This record gives sequence, C-alpha cells and structure tokens, in this order.
Amino acid sequence: MDFSEADKKLIVELQKDLPLVSRPFAELGERVGLSEAEVLERLNSWQESGALRRVGAALRHRAVGFVANAMIVWRAPEERIGEVGELFAALPEVTHCYERDMLPDWPYNLYTMVHAKSEDECRALAAKLAEMADVDDYDILSSYAELKKSSMSYFAD
Amino acid sequence: MDQIDRELLNRVQEGIPVTERPYAELAEGLGIGEFDVMERLRLLKEAGVIRRMGGVFDSRRLGYKGTLCALKVPQERIEDVAAVVNRYPGITHNYLRRHAYNMWFTVLSESQEKTEGILAEIKRETGIEDLLNLPSRRFFKVRVKFDVKNI
Repeated sequence: MDFSEADKKLIVELQKDLPLVSRPFAELGERVGLSEAEVLERLNSWQESGALRRVGAALRHRAVGFVANAMIVWRAPEERIGEVGELFAALPEVTHCYERDMLPDWPYNLYTMVHAKSEDECRALAAKLAEMADVDDYDILSSYAELKKSSMSYFAD
Repeated sequence: MDQIDRELLNRVQEGIPVTERPYAELAEGLGIGEFDVMERLRLLKEAGVIRRMGGVFDSRRLGYKGTLCALKVPQERIEDVAAVVNRYPGITHNYLRRHAYNMWFTVLSESQEKTEGILAEIKRETGIEDLLNLPSRRFFKVRVKFDVKNI
C-alpha cells in the first residue's frame, strides 16, 4: 500500500491524541493541509483496507483493574496450529494470538496474551485454554514489571 | 468514575465514529451532551486511565515488520540492559517475565535487515548472547479491549 506525503503527515497526526474539539478531523486537516472531507475520506478508505483498525482509546490496563498479564506459550501439534490458534483467538480474554517459528532451544509455536485481575486468574485461564484445545505442553510467563509501553511512531522520520 | 464514564470507556475502546462530529454521536448514545463527553474524556486522560486516543494502525499494512524477542538478563544487570533496549523507538513494549528468558520486548521496523541491525547492536552493547528472535509466522488476533465495570 502506497501512502503520499500528505497521507503520511495525516498518519503522524493520528498517532497523537485526537483533539477534544467539536470537529476534531477538521482540526487534523488544518494541521496537514487537507479539508475535513478529505481527512474523513482517507480514514474511511484506510479502515476499509484494514490499514487503520480504528480511531479509539487505549487504556492503561492497570488503571482499569487488569493488573496481571501473562504470555502463554504453547507447543501445539504442527497440523493443529491453525485450529488451536483460531479457537484461542475467539476468546475475549485472549488479546493477542500469533504463531511463531520454533527455535532449537525454544520449542513453542503458538503465543497468547491474557490479561486478568491477578496472576492466579491468568493461571486459571491458561488451564482453561489448555483443556479447551487439548494441548498440555505450555508455559506461563507472567509479567512482573513493565519497562516500556509506548505507541509506535510510524513515518516519524 | 461513574457509570457513564465506564460506558464511555467501553465505547471509545471499540472506536469513535469517523464522522464530522464524533463526540456528538457518542454523546447521543449515552444521553449526555457533546461537551460533557469531551470533558469526561479530558479528565480520564488526565487521570491516566486513557493512555492515548487516536488512530490504531495495522503495522503490517503500513509496511512495518514486527517481531518478539527475549533476552536472558542477569538480575543485577536489568537496569542497564533495559536502558539499551528501551532507547529504540521501534521497541514499543518491554516486560520482565518470570522465566530464565526474563526480558521480553517487541521490535517494529521497516525491514528485517533493520531489525537484525538493532538486535546485533543490543547484543554487542550488552554483551548478552542469549537472545530469542521470534518473528510471527501467522497472525490470529490482536484486540485489546477491557470491559470496564465496577472499578
């Protein structure tokens, strides 16, 4: 997908906080030299193509009570990865689900992130997922410190 | 935080309307005024509940590649290794996890070569060779949405 210089400027603006004014997209347009209609047209077409997932809020999950998160890594049988990945992805508790290559000293191929109110709850979720998918080879990597959490700056340079 | 704030947070996580007056539309759904919505969002941002409200892009469709990496960092070196890792703008998330591979971070960049360059630099500067580079092979889901209730 190709983006013009004007598109890139708009994407840079969209990565900041949306202005809290009555017509925020008109203000974004003013900053980058586009009309409100041109901004809305671009955003709608990017949403259709999937480049823009949404314009929305990201919360600090600790501030809304989800203090625990765990990455659960799974060793799913090669022929069942697609099925198990889709099963996990359908659960609201699972926020991220990816297949990744195994490495010689790292025998896991499926990765899920879960967020919950406690580490115990994360472990219980892992057990639930394991039973649902009938995959018992897994490890839970609970996080105990957030060292960095930021939004990506696309086209920043 | 009242019930309207909670409902507002649930809605703005799903996405705000891409229309001329998005806050007026949100307000209508909540039975409050447009300026009330803007003021509530301002306060929720100020209180740190909202980290950012803006565009959420699919990095792959903007031409970026992402990977997940892990390092085995001795306990006493966590701070100085984190300082090296965190200075890259493409490294947006970095967490300590309970495992021998204890430092887990994501790398986004325009190319695999650039990512490999970053990882080589990290290894060189920290002297740590135990690094897992786990690019994704298949994507199933990313959807971070927290049901906000009774907090």
